[in-house]
Amino acid sequence: MISSFQKACIVGIGQTEFSKASGRSEQQLAAEAILAACNDAGIDPASIDGMTTFSLDNSDEVDVMRSLGCEEIKYTTRLPQGGAASVSTIVHAKNAVESGICDTFLIFRAMNERSQYRFGQPHHSMSPDAHSSTFMEWCFPFGAQTPASWEALSCGPYLHKYGVTSEDLGRIAVTFRKAASTNPNAWFYEKPITIEDHQNSRWIVEPTLRLLDCCQESDGGVAIIITRADKAKDCKQTPVQILGAEYSMLFNHEIISDFYQGDLIRTENSEIVADRLAAAAGIAPKDTDVAMIYDNFTPQVLRQLEGFKYCGIGEANDYIKDGNLELDGKTPLSPNGGLMGEGYIHGMNNITEGVRQMRGTAANQIRNAKTAMLASGVAGAIIGV
Amino acid sequence: MRPDPIKRIDTAFFWDACEQGKFVVQKCEPCNTLWHPPRPMCPKCHSVEKTHQKLSGKGVIMSWVRQVRPASYGFENSPFVILVELNEGLRIVSNLISDSVPVIGEIVEVDFEKTVGGKSVPIFKRVVD
Repeated sequence: MISSFQKACIVGIGQTEFSKASGRSEQQLAAEAILAACNDAGIDPASIDGMTTFSLDNSDEVDVMRSLGCEEIKYTTRLPQGGAASVSTIVHAKNAVESGICDTFLIFRAMNERSQYRFGQPHHSMSPDAHSSTFMEWCFPFGAQTPASWEALSCGPYLHKYGVTSEDLGRIAVTFRKAASTNPNAWFYEKPITIEDHQNSRWIVEPTLRLLDCCQESDGGVAIIITRADKAKDCKQTPVQILGAEYSMLFNHEIISDFYQGDLIRTENSEIVADRLAAAAGIAPKDTDVAMIYDNFTPQVLRQLEGFKYCGIGEANDYIKDGNLELDGKTPLSPNGGLMGEGYIHGMNNITEGVRQMRGTAANQIRNAKTAMLASGVAGAIIGV
Repeated sequence: MRPDPIKRIDTAFFWDACEQGKFVVQKCEPCNTLWHPPRPMCPKCHSVEKTHQKLSGKGVIMSWVRQVRPASYGFENSPFVILVELNEGLRIVSNLISDSVPVIGEIVEVDFEKTVGGKSVPIFKRVVD
């Protein structure tokens, strides 16, 4: 048990604009977001002594240091699993500062994911050895070549078993876009949609995903600064505590082409994380005030609501129908509009929104929000003030 | 037409067998456990001694999709992609060759189709009783 002054706190958040064509390099997006996070915290970028990002991020640590003038990095890690890594970064940040290895830890993610390359397109030149997933070798020759196709294939048994319809999924998209419509930083600011719009949007992958079931493809950068409570009190912002942060990667499970283990109904890794988080934070995900749930595609929201135990297995559709995810509901969903409404910076912009909600500075501020759940499939964190 | 499979050291046996019209999976030599997708070491007994075993080629459709936009690269028309649970308990992603939409729970049987480079991949057809 560590003492209270050693506990990890988020003290700085920064981001660039979220766009479809940033017009500058990914390294510059990273540098701008990191500088913004340092300024937000009131710390000198030179003092950053540890960092993490995704294994998929193109900006090397050395290049980040070159632009920001970081004097010495003592510890750096990179995380597998694509967007599922987004909340895993919080686990590494927490461990790095609470162990005493680092004093000022940086999380960053920057990408020109719309203007430079597109996750939504088949990448037939990608080496099957380049990533730990089997999706290239065992899906590509059969015409399942995009994240949407892998996601839809893995969600099929769940949607079939519980009779979830396209309209049901549309309700989730409408919820995100409603929140985005009143968030000036969202790409879809002032552009809400109806179920009818969703139903009229073109198929991306039959029989599951229409265009409006998918997150955006975006350019942009996000950065987060973490330190210990004793140092956090000298920073500019109210520290947001990391009450718990966990991830769980299980045997024979894959990132998104996750077909080979389990019944494809339950998400055991999320269930494990939910239990560990409740034990660590003293509060269960379902009892927190804000639900930032990774939304690459609408069915993921259903599966994570059940995996993180907001409701029972097969009950997520009714949980949503009952209005629990509305901004004035019991567990409001991504008040920034999520990755569908605000922008897709690989999940990281959901973390910064969680922090703003704790500070009380969000565009769609949830009244009296004291705790937030950050979820990205294999990973979860509970933050609070 | 369809793209060629991507062969690697650890998986070449699978695609080579397809070229001979055989549907096989990796079998651990000492402990006889079957694995798919293949891997360099048996996670059960940690042996790297591998052989392979011919399967019944029969299974049940667990899930299906068809990539509409973007269309499947390398195909004339995007195929029906199916996740098959094989009778041996393993799962594989493949195609259902059919004019009608796949149905979860349908029983299918393996066959083979040629690729653009003259290789062969396993595909499935409905079992007609």
